[in-house]
Amino acid sequence: MSGAVSGPLPDRKEAEVRRMLTGAHPPVPADLAARAANRGHRLLRRRRLLRLALCAVLLAAAVAAGMWVAARWPTPPSPPAPLGSWGLAPR
Amino acid sequence: MVGARHGAQERRRDREFEAFTAGAAGRLLHAATLLTGDPAEGERLLVAALARTYADWFRMRGDDPYDRTRQELTTRFAHRAWRYRRPRGGLLDRLPPRERLVLVLRLYEGLPEEQAAAQLGLPAERLRTLCLRAVAAMRSRA
Repeated sequence: MSGAVSGPLPDRKEAEVRRMLTGAHPPVPADLAARAANRGHRLLRRRRLLRLALCAVLLAAAVAAGMWVAARWPTPPSPPAPLGSWGLAPR
Repeated sequence: MVGARHGAQERRRDREFEAFTAGAAGRLLHAATLLTGDPAEGERLLVAALARTYADWFRMRGDDPYDRTRQELTTRFAHRAWRYRRPRGGLLDRLPPRERLVLVLRLYEGLPEEQAAAQLGLPAERLRTLCLRAVAAMRSRA
């Protein structure tokens, strides 16, 4: 540390403030953990629902795409009329 | 079959989370109250952060739940810092929200400088400046 610092060194000052911060802990409410768990549970349920909705949308999109492709698919041309003997079309 | 396994997993989550909270809630609540200044507000902040820890319990993959909760707590506080701009009482009453965050992470939680800077998204020099200013303000207050 440079000699320009007047008064106590920064470490000493920090230790002083650290002591101020670690005062008496406030009492923890008895139901704090239960409240947090409840809220966490709701969060989980919401996430699951969201995932389910996303899956449903994706599935619907896949089905719709499949149907669209099936509808647009060119129907194969009807097979040519069978040739008669000698490779000539029958009259 | 799947339902039974799911139920067992949920019970395990509840059990482990309860044990974790029993050990860590006091310290975390103190940190949250230092940040917000108001005990009720600090409790609200902590419950929200713990709920996230609960939901992510099996996703942490070896991360410390305490660190995760502290991170969630500070992120939530930083996002809602405008709400805590006006003094609400408490020990860090006169400090702006960012200096409160720096003091709590560096001095109360004892996080190394680089880690605290990374968590707050600040360069290390900026963090050091904020810390010095906050320490000076606290000492002049005493």
